Amino acid sequence: MSKKMKISYLINLIGVILLYLAMTFVFDNGVLGAKTTYITGIAIIAMMTIIIVCSLNLLTGYMGEFSLGHAGFMSTGAFSSAAVTIAMLEAHIALPTLLYFIIAILVGGLFSALMGFVVGIPALRLRGDYLAIVTVAFAEIVRVAFTNFPITGGGKTLSGIPKVSDYHYIFWVTVICVTLMYMYIRSRFGRAVIAIREDYIAAAASGINVTRYKVMTFVLSAFFAGVAGGIYSHYMTAIIPTFFNFMKSSEFLTMVILGGSGSLTGSIIGAAVLASLPEALRDFSIYRMLIYSVVLVIVMIFKPSGIFGTWEFSLPRIIFKLFGKKEAKGGAAK
Amino acid sequence: MSKETPVLEAKGLGIQFGGLKAVNDFSISIGKSELVGLIGPNGAGKTTVFNLLTGVYQPTEGTYYLNGEKMNGKQSHQVVAAGIARTFQNIRLFKKMTVLENVKIAFNKSMKYSLASAFLRLPSYWKEENEIDRKARELLALFKLEDLADQAAENLPYGQQRKLEIARALATDMKVLLLDEPAAGMNPTETAELLESINLIRDKYHISILLIEHDMSLVMNICERIVVLNYGEILATGTPEEISQNPKVIAAYLGDD
Amino acid sequence: MSLFVQSIINGLNQGAVYALVALGYTMVYGILRMINFAHSDFIMVGSYTLFYTIPLMVAAGMPAWLSVVVAIAVCVVVGVTVEQVAYKPVRGAGSMSALITALAMSLFLENLALVLFGANPKSVPEIFSLPTLKVLGITLPSKYLVTLAIGILIMFGLHVFIKKTTLGKAMRAVPEDKQASTLVGINVNRVITTTFAIGSGLAAVAALMYCSTYPRCTTEMGTMLGIKSFIAAVLGGIGSIPGAMIGGIVIGLLEIFIKVYLAPGWYEAITYSILIVVLLVKPAGIMGKNVGEKV
Repeated sequence: MSKKMKISYLINLIGVILLYLAMTFVFDNGVLGAKTTYITGIAIIAMMTIIIVCSLNLLTGYMGEFSLGHAGFMSTGAFSSAAVTIAMLEAHIALPTLLYFIIAILVGGLFSALMGFVVGIPALRLRGDYLAIVTVAFAEIVRVAFTNFPITGGGKTLSGIPKVSDYHYIFWVTVICVTLMYMYIRSRFGRAVIAIREDYIAAAASGINVTRYKVMTFVLSAFFAGVAGGIYSHYMTAIIPTFFNFMKSSEFLTMVILGGSGSLTGSIIGAAVLASLPEALRDFSIYRMLIYSVVLVIVMIFKPSGIFGTWEFSLPRIIFKLFGKKEAKGGAAK
Repeated sequence: MSKETPVLEAKGLGIQFGGLKAVNDFSISIGKSELVGLIGPNGAGKTTVFNLLTGVYQPTEGTYYLNGEKMNGKQSHQVVAAGIARTFQNIRLFKKMTVLENVKIAFNKSMKYSLASAFLRLPSYWKEENEIDRKARELLALFKLEDLADQAAENLPYGQQRKLEIARALATDMKVLLLDEPAAGMNPTETAELLESINLIRDKYHISILLIEHDMSLVMNICERIVVLNYGEILATGTPEEISQNPKVIAAYLGDD
Repeated sequence: MSLFVQSIINGLNQGAVYALVALGYTMVYGILRMINFAHSDFIMVGSYTLFYTIPLMVAAGMPAWLSVVVAIAVCVVVGVTVEQVAYKPVRGAGSMSALITALAMSLFLENLALVLFGANPKSVPEIFSLPTLKVLGITLPSKYLVTLAIGILIMFGLHVFIKKTTLGKAMRAVPEDKQASTLVGINVNRVITTTFAIGSGLAAVAALMYCSTYPRCTTEMGTMLGIKSFIAAVLGGIGSIPGAMIGGIVIGLLEIFIKVYLAPGWYEAITYSILIVVLLVKPAGIMGKNVGEKV
């Protein structure tokens, strides 16, 4: 690792810590007055959305395949983690909140990843439209299943989930998830996945095991969607299967496309802005999807790559520029 | 023909699409460092032969071997791993990726670092990434593409895209290279450069080449042997001189054009 | 026994709706290779049109079913507008863009309806005031017979149209080869627009059939109906008109039978599983043909 890379990583770390301190300062000291709790809530939803939208971008932006059922993976994560933590509560297992939280997101992520594996192996033999419709079918099967299983509420709201999602934890989990996804893309794995998107026949002819990398990415994407689900259920404390419907999946896809398929920066900003807008402007919420859909069509006609295209924000790049140093090769963006 | 085990050997290879026999009873044997041309009128089944030899299609008849190892039933990436690489008639590059990345993709099969190593940027990540960066640049230099390393592949002029595709195929560290009309659409200067490159890689890497080409002067110039395909079957095999005087070949070409 | 016959009747009725909607998907997919997600919302548009126009018809002393003429007109206008405004500009931009645009149009129509009509379900007035027959314990609403007859008639008409007329032949030629079609003088744009017009018109008829069985319309009523009909189209072989009919009837019967005999809570999950199995085992469907990519 070159010295410049080390400096880049350090700059990114400092940047993230500063962001965290700023957020803590604002939320913990009630700088926003009576609205603090409300705004904290928005921030939590935004962070959770960032994770799931980035995970969807792995598939749509980088691998070039559609998932119109990402809410299904989120649902899997939300319900599986809730079932486990509720069982733990009932068994009177006393653990620190942080441990409960970690267990919740890991259970959610792993269950969802398992589901991704089971669905991915057959589904990824298909491409394009067919794969898209299979993911819709998958999400619907998940919904029907969770409506029928007694352990997931049996058609009614599943409530009594321990409220262990706290914005401090969520912040760091979001940072870790996004970093991991970034590292994945900027590695031989990500390179192979992008090659598959560009031309899967040429990728295979260059020695890439197309199915293997596709399934791997699908599972990884499902994992992160499951983590987001775990965060969600342990923040809301009550969830219903019908929340994670086709509309929800479309909403996530909208955020990916508008932000820029192939840009994690785009996904982060897209998710953060589009997830907080309807919360912040209640009157706007009925027009929200109407406006999104119009914007989506306009973007598809005039700039199909989305607002950020494949551009990535890089703090080290800015700092190196400010101090007149040359940019580090392959600088780690965040 | 060499006496040792041929590098690439096909015996009675054939494929049917529905009731149509696209290729029938195709046999060939290519020795080490040998350069064989595969010619024939349009629609003779030349590209289908390539698809059969690279796992894109599975032959319905016959077998083929690489260094004596049976290759039937292997998928594309496994065929590449075994040592048969190809280029495509209608250039298939990873268009949005850089020239350098295009070559790096082909090195992937020799890379070992794990997912964990990628996530945590462990030393094995840096070691392997730096190594293929160096190797890929070396390879690009061989084709005089090193200055274009950071360009998107789609922005390259046609001739250089062809070269990049060959460079990418070379990066798979193969024993047999199948070139599908490498000179198609090139001007004479580019073709001359291409010839130079092909001779260079043959001398440097001692690989065997099977070449589909329409440019007869090119084929006659560099191929040691030529196989002529017509209606999916081998019409003639021989040295360039033999082929150019073969009445059946002349008839097939005249009859077709 | 009577339950069995009853289920067949209900299944056929349900299947006819799926088949009619599946036709819309299959025609557009056949010609443009895109899943027209908005198609399901054309049914919603048709249903709301029925909801608003039936009282007007009745007040004017005309039969309620005449509203379907208005519904067809509205759906055709909406369908052709969607095609012209949103789909046409992205036609050359690849399947990803087409799919996203179609999805966006679906979201647009649903949310526009939400703004215009509100979230509360509307109950559509009786369309056919026909007696319900009871034979040997089997309930046979005569409106089922009417809808079934309409369905069969339309499918037959469409089949003849596509096989015999010049425009119908052009509709079969365009998906084979767009450029060649242009060369032989086919106006590709016009063919595509006609396809959308017919597909959207069929959606209005499907709305009529759906509402006569389930007289309720909501803004998202089309979503699930659409996905299931698309499954029917895939099952039958996408791009194939007889395939869409067979697929629709099969899915309709299956759903009713699973609901009645096997697992009422799970019937939808089973429909979706069928899709996954079909795509894996025989992606071309019952009547379709395989298309691979040329290397």
